[in-house]
This record gives sequence, structure tokens and C-alpha cells, in this order.
Amino acid sequence: MLSIEHYLFLGLALFVIGVIGVITRRNVIVVLMSIELILNAVNINLVAFSRLYGDVVGQVFALFIIADAAAEAAVGLGIIIAFFRNRETVLADEMDLLKW
Amino acid sequence: MADSVLFYFFATIAVVGAVLTVTRRNAVHSAIFLVTSLLATAGIFLQLRAEFLFIVQIILYVGGIMVLFVFVIMLVNLDVALQQIQFARQKWVALIVALALAGQVGVMFWSTGKMPGQGFRPAAAAAGLPPNSEAVAKSLFSTYLLPFEIASVLLLVAMIGAVVMAKKRT
Repeated sequence: MLSIEHYLFLGLALFVIGVIGVITRRNVIVVLMSIELILNAVNINLVAFSRLYGDVVGQVFALFIIADAAAEAAVGLGIIIAFFRNRETVLADEMDLLKW
Repeated sequence: MADSVLFYFFATIAVVGAVLTVTRRNAVHSAIFLVTSLLATAGIFLQLRAEFLFIVQIILYVGGIMVLFVFVIMLVNLDVALQQIQFARQKWVALIVALALAGQVGVMFWSTGKMPGQGFRPAAAAAGLPPNSEAVAKSLFSTYLLPFEIASVLLLVAMIGAVVMAKKRT
């Protein structure tokens, strides 16, 4: 196995790219995709540590995170469809119904 | 040797795919590059001998979640949105937040390297896990049975919530 730092730096790179995507993109669908990137980066770390310590628990937690990602994507996309039906937009900075 | 070649191959694809995901103008292109990145991550899992997660990643992420994303991209028509600016004016905020996070993790790496006996060096290096799916299943259905059931309730709630929200009001 390669040293654990390789995997940690890969996870860090994917995480930071995902954070930049969440902050800068206006399209809410792409923001949700960036969140998937972030969750994926966490999974890499968990699996790498699971391999390092020879313990399968990290992989079990990665499974739970994948289930969470599925739930989050389903609910988020449902909200986007409902919002698009009302306001005809998917841009984050036009979602200002509560602002005045 | 083969391990490091595979790692760098998949890691490069994953990072390039992630960068293209957040920079492409068209949301469909973003989705395609996200699929590429997720598949490369599945390769990383396989290189880490996590065969079960490799299969789950491909079936669930690429086969399930991404199809959902592409469906929604097709549902909300993006021809109007494509003409508009794709990036909010928050480049500097993003840069500062990213640098802060990276610096935080960098400090963590540096300090774990300094402390004697506190680095990422386990006493007994993993000689190899038992057959992967079997080990995952044993752990999942004995120690983590309650979280497993809670996750199934969570998925049910998410399913009902998604149907209720996407339903047409009558």
C-alpha cells in the first residue's frame, strides 16, 4: 500500500474543489453535484484508513455516507423541481423569496 | 509499483474530472465529468482492496444518483440559464475558504508527523483484510445493525419527501 498521505491529499484536493464549486456556481444543480464531490472525498479518506488499520469499519461508514448522499440528492432535486415550477429559475441568487 | 501506477492514474482522472465538473458551463457536461470522477474514485476503492464499495459506488452513484441528476437537468430547461453568467461574484470568498481549509489540513498533517508515535503508522500493518464483502456484511449486520435500520428509515423518508415535493399541486 502507498503511504496514507497520498490518499489524504487526494481527498483534500477533491474536497477543496467541491467547496469552491459550492461557493462559486450559480446553478443549484451544479452546487448539488459539488456536494456529491465533497462526500466522495470523505469516502476516500474513510476507505484509506480502513485499509491502513486492517479494519472494515471505515468501509461500513462509507456505505452509510453513500446512502446519505442518495437521500440528499433525491430530496434536493425534488426541491429544485418544485422551485423551478414556481419561479422558472435554477439560479441560486434568484432564489430570494425571503429577502426584502 | 503497480499500486502506485494505478493510484496516480485514477487520482489524476478524479481530480481533472472534479475540476471540469465545477468549471463547465453546461450542466450536462458537468454531470458527465462528475461521472468520470466518481468512476475514477471507484478505481481508487478497488486499488485499496475495497471490492464491495467499488461495486456499490458504480451501481449506486453512477447508475442511480447520476441518472437522477441527468433526469432533473432535462426536466428544468436550461436554454435560458445557459446564456447567463454561470459564476456568482464570490471568487475571492471561495479562494479564501479553500485556502483556509487546505491550510488547516496541512497543519494537521505537519503536526501528526512531528509527534513521536502519533503519526499514521499503526502497530500491526494490515496484512490483508478477510474476503471483503463477507467482512463488510458481518460488521454491517452485527455491530452496526441499528444504524443500518435507521439508514433504511432515512431512505424511506427521503423517498416520500421527494415524491411529495415534486408532485404537481392540484
